[in-house]
Amino acid sequence: MTITANDAPPPGVPATREAAAKLKRWQRLDAFLRIALPTAVIAGLICLWQDYVTTNNVPHYILPSPARVLDALVEDRAMLFSGLVNTLIITFGALFLAVTLGVTIAIALTQSRLVEYAIFPIAVVLQVTPIVAVFPLINIYVENIYAKLLLCAWIVAFFPILSNTTLGLNSADRNLRDLYKLYGASRWQTLRYLQLPGAMPYFLGGLRIAGGLALIGAVVAEFVAGSAGAGTGLASRLIEAGYRLQIPRLFAALFLISLTGIVIYVTLAFISSKLLSSWHESAMSKGNR
Amino acid sequence: MSETLANAPLEGGETPAAVPPPLVTLRSVGKTFDNGTRALHGVDLTVGKGEFLSLLGPSGCGKSTILRLISQLDSPTDGDIRWEGTAADPKRREVSFVFQEPTLMPWAKVFDNVYLPMRLKGVGRKTAEPQIMHALESVGLADFRAAYPRELSGGMKMRVSIARALATDPDVLLMDEPFAALDEITRFKLNDDLLRLWDERGWTVMFVTHSVFESVYLSTRIAVMTGRPGRIAQSIEVDGPRQRTQEFRLSEGFSAIARRTSDALSKAMSA
Ligand SMILES: Nc1ncnc2c1ncn2[C@@H]1O[C@H](COP(=O)(O)OP(=O)(O)OP(=O)(O)O)[C@@H](O)[C@H]1O
Ligand SMILES: [Mg+2]
Repeated sequence: MTITANDAPPPGVPATREAAAKLKRWQRLDAFLRIALPTAVIAGLICLWQDYVTTNNVPHYILPSPARVLDALVEDRAMLFSGLVNTLIITFGALFLAVTLGVTIAIALTQSRLVEYAIFPIAVVLQVTPIVAVFPLINIYVENIYAKLLLCAWIVAFFPILSNTTLGLNSADRNLRDLYKLYGASRWQTLRYLQLPGAMPYFLGGLRIAGGLALIGAVVAEFVAGSAGAGTGLASRLIEAGYRLQIPRLFAALFLISLTGIVIYVTLAFISSKLLSSWHESAMSKGNR
Repeated sequence: MSETLANAPLEGGETPAAVPPPLVTLRSVGKTFDNGTRALHGVDLTVGKGEFLSLLGPSGCGKSTILRLISQLDSPTDGDIRWEGTAADPKRREVSFVFQEPTLMPWAKVFDNVYLPMRLKGVGRKTAEPQIMHALESVGLADFRAAYPRELSGGMKMRVSIARALATDPDVLLMDEPFAALDEITRFKLNDDLLRLWDERGWTVMFVTHSVFESVYLSTRIAVMTGRPGRIAQSIEVDGPRQRTQEFRLSEGFSAIARRTSDALSKAMSA
C-alpha cells in the first residue's frame, strides 16, 4: 500500500481512509446500478413495443402503442383513479384484517395445544379451497358489495400471516426458552419479550406474501362478482374496457394494477428491512455481515 | 456426602472451619433421555452452602445435564434432588445459569440482554441500571452496552452472558464452561473477579470446566466425573487459601492437587 506523505498522517490512516472511500464508492455504484439497470431494460422494452406498433401499423384495438396507453391513462384518469381508490381500500382493508386476525389467532394457537388442534385445520380448509369456488356462496349470503370483496380478499391474505406467525412464535430458541423458564417468566412475559420479537422475521415474511395476495384477492373478487361488482374497482374497469374493445384503457387499468402491486411489494419490503436491519441476517447489507 | 466427609479430614492442614451445611443434595440421581441415552446413573452429590464446586470430566459425561437437573430445567428419571433450608422453596431460591452457549436475544442490545432477568422480576430499568453497568464493567464490556450481539465476537458474547448471570446477585450460580472461548489473560481476570464476588457475596457456585488448572485455581472442591453413563468418580478437596492469587497458582500445594486431579481425570476417562 502506498503511503502519501504530504500532510504526514500516521501510516495507518490514509490506507484505511482510502479503503473506506473505495467501499463507499462501490456501495454508491451498486445502489445506482440496482435502479438504473432495470429502468434501462424496461425503457428499452417500451421503445421496442412502440417501434413494433408504428412500423407494422398494428391497429390500436389489437395492440395499442405505449403512447396511446399513456393517452388513455390521462384521458380516463377520473374513472381510473376512483377505481384505483376502491381497489386500494379493499386490498388494504383485507390486509389489515388479515394481520390483526392472523396474529391474534396465531397467539391463541401457540398458547394452547387444544386451541391449535381445534382451529388450525379450519384455517387450512380456508386456504386450500380455491376462492373462486367459494365466491358464489359469499355472493348469496353477503349483501354489501364491499363486504363481499373484502371477505374474499381477506380469505386469500389471511393464511400466510397465520401460518408464518405461528411458525415464528413456536421457533424461539430452546436455550432462550430455558433461560426464561429459569428466571420465572410468566406466559405474558415470554410472549412479549421472547416469542413476539423472535417471530418478527417470520411474520414480516408472511406479510410480504399476504400483501401481494390481498391485491390478487381483491382483483379476483371483482372478476367473479361480475355485474354485481360493476363500477367498483380497477378490475371491473378493466373487464368493462375489454367488453367494449377499449384496449388502451384496458392496458392503462392493467398498468395501474401492476403498479399497485409493485408499490405494495416495495413498501412492505422496506418496512421489513427497516424493522430487522439491526439484528436479522435477512436484512443486513453485505458489508455488515 | 460420604466422600466429602471421608476426604475432608485427610486433606487436613487448615481444614475449612466446618463442613458447610448442605444446600442441595442429589441422591442416586439418574437421567435417561427420551431417545434412550443414559446420560447419568447413580449420581450422589452434595453441594454445600457457599461452596465453589467444579465439575470436571470428559466431553459428553453429563456435566451440563447435572446443571440442568439442579436448575430444574429438566427432571431426573431416577433418584431425587433435595434443596435444604430456605432454598427448599423454589420461589425464594435465586439461581443464575450461564449456559454453554451465550444464549443472547439477537434483537436486543447488550444492555437489554443483561437487563432481562431483572426485567422479568419486575425491576424498573432505571433501578436496574447501576447493577447492569457494574456487571458489564466487570466483564469489560461497558462500552458495548448499545451493541447488538451480532456485533460481538464469540468471547464477548460469552462475557455478556456472564454479566447477565452476575447482575442479579444470585444465591446459586451455575456456570457451564463459561470461559472456554476466552483468551488466557481475560480468563485469569474473570477467574479472579469471580472468586472475589463469590467471597464477597457468599454465593454457591457450580462450575463446569475442561481445564484441570482452572478447576484447582477456583474451587473449594472438584468432582471428577466418568461418562457413559455419567457419575461422580472422585471428589477432591482443594485446601488453598480462600483468596487465591498468582502465588497460589505457583505454589507446591497447587501443583500437587493439580496432579491428583489430572490423575483422577485420566483414570475416569480410561474407565
Ligand atoms: N436433549 C437430549 N436428548 C438426548 N440426549 C441428550 C440430550 N442432552 C444431552 N444428551 C446426551 O447426554 C449425554 C451428556 O450430555 P451433556 O450435555 O450433559 O454432556 P457434557 O458433559 O456437558 O459434555 P460437554 O463437555 O461436551 O459439554 C451425552 O451423551 C448427550 O448425547
Ligand atoms: Mg456440556
